[in-house]
Amino acid sequence: MAAKSVIPFGPQHPVLPEPIHLDLVMEDEHVVEAIPSIGFVHRGLEKLVEKKDFQEMVYVAERICGICSLGHGLGYCDAVEHLMDLEIPERAKFLRVIWSEMSRIHSHLLWLGLLADAFGFESLHMQAWRIREQVLDMFEESTGGRVIFSVMKIGGQRRDVPQDMLKSFLERFERMEEEVKVIARTFMDDAAVQSRLKGIGVLSADQAEALGCTGPFLRASGVARDIRSTGYSAYGDVHVEPITGTVGDSYARCDVRIREIFQSFEIIREAVGKIPEGPVEVPVKGFPSGEYMTRIEQPRGEALYYVKANGKKFIERMRVRTPTFANLPGLVEMLKGCELADVPILILTIDPCISCTER
Amino acid sequence: MAMINMIGTELKNLFSKPATRKQEKEYPENTRGHVVNDMDVCVFCGACMMRCPSRAITVDRNAKTWTIHPMSCIQCRACVDNCPKKCLSMEKRFTEPGPEKLAITCHQTEKARLAEEAMKKAAAEKAAAALKAKQEAEAKAKAEAEA
Repeated sequence: MAAKSVIPFGPQHPVLPEPIHLDLVMEDEHVVEAIPSIGFVHRGLEKLVEKKDFQEMVYVAERICGICSLGHGLGYCDAVEHLMDLEIPERAKFLRVIWSEMSRIHSHLLWLGLLADAFGFESLHMQAWRIREQVLDMFEESTGGRVIFSVMKIGGQRRDVPQDMLKSFLERFERMEEEVKVIARTFMDDAAVQSRLKGIGVLSADQAEALGCTGPFLRASGVARDIRSTGYSAYGDVHVEPITGTVGDSYARCDVRIREIFQSFEIIREAVGKIPEGPVEVPVKGFPSGEYMTRIEQPRGEALYYVKANGKKFIERMRVRTPTFANLPGLVEMLKGCELADVPILILTIDPCISCTER
Repeated sequence: MAMINMIGTELKNLFSKPATRKQEKEYPENTRGHVVNDMDVCVFCGACMMRCPSRAITVDRNAKTWTIHPMSCIQCRACVDNCPKKCLSMEKRFTEPGPEKLAITCHQTEKARLAEEAMKKAAAEKAAAALKAKQEAEAKAKAEAEA
């Protein structure tokens, strides 16, 4: 038996966009155990509820993460709206769905680009990000921001999107879909890409479920669980079918995310067709009281928001559980037995967002 | 097979214009760049200061100044949405990067000062007129009571 050695991995590493540290216990070239440690970018955002009132907290919630900014704002607003018994207008609900799906497209394209970069296919990385840029442009036109959108508000949306702008988005998504098809073929059919992804980091459905994994990471293992099918916002009015893989390896995760991009195009098309006219916000009176827990599906997986309020201006407690936090046990499990050269790709396949995790 | 697919894309990229933009891009109408204040209209009510989540705006009513700390501003547009006089607006361009933490102070303009004085004068006249009318009514009531 070979001697064991420990290789520290991260928090700074070329493939890691954000800081996570792993102690890899190695036996020759194989990982025996991975011990994660986080806490490098903790900002104490949950504690801020004591200093910012419940309406100002929307801005804080949106800044938990740069990629899923919209989802965090949505989750927090949804929880507080339930506490205050606010029924937000239908149009605002549909806008939330459209923007959520646009977030999913840009998040998944970002991930595909990072993955291509991690296995050394630089031009594919550039192509994925070039396509993603168009979604950011659409976000800028409709919300006013490329990364932090600031459109969520308790009681609806802060701004409406004109109907002709939504129609023009559909045409642009049509063109984008063709472009995504081209890079999707390269991701799925290329022999060199397959050799880096197929059979790497297999996580069975039982394991994934027992470890509490979420999102595309869980669905790639064959568990059909998607919080969108619970029908929050206007998801009850559009057709959402959880997309699953079977094998549970890196290739299946890539496949699930690519198919989710196309599903998002479909959902946006359906939502724009069904969106009613009308106001986008309702007036807010009084302060929230009680406690509520809401679950939403972010691009990376299921996120959970807990809000406890006692009828005052300041909320008593807010808790956010982000998808990456739930996926870390799965990551540690699938790292066991893999080769050192595959570690960067395996970490990427859970789509880690450490800033979300540490809040 | 897929490689051939990718080669087509690569060749297209070789002969087409760059996908990246020049720095002076066309900003869409809604872009939240930075906050500006129309000092001709501002009445120093302080609503923006109250609603700013990052406390980047300071309003001094006595000195008639409106100060913004651009480095603290998070471009959330809360001040613009809550301005009663609609004198705040968002410019498309982002603020210039700089080596130090700026504080931009705007003073009341001559036009705004004159408008405020005119308004104060009008209010004083109105109050005086109201007082006079009240006194007259009281005197009348007194006369009637005596008679």
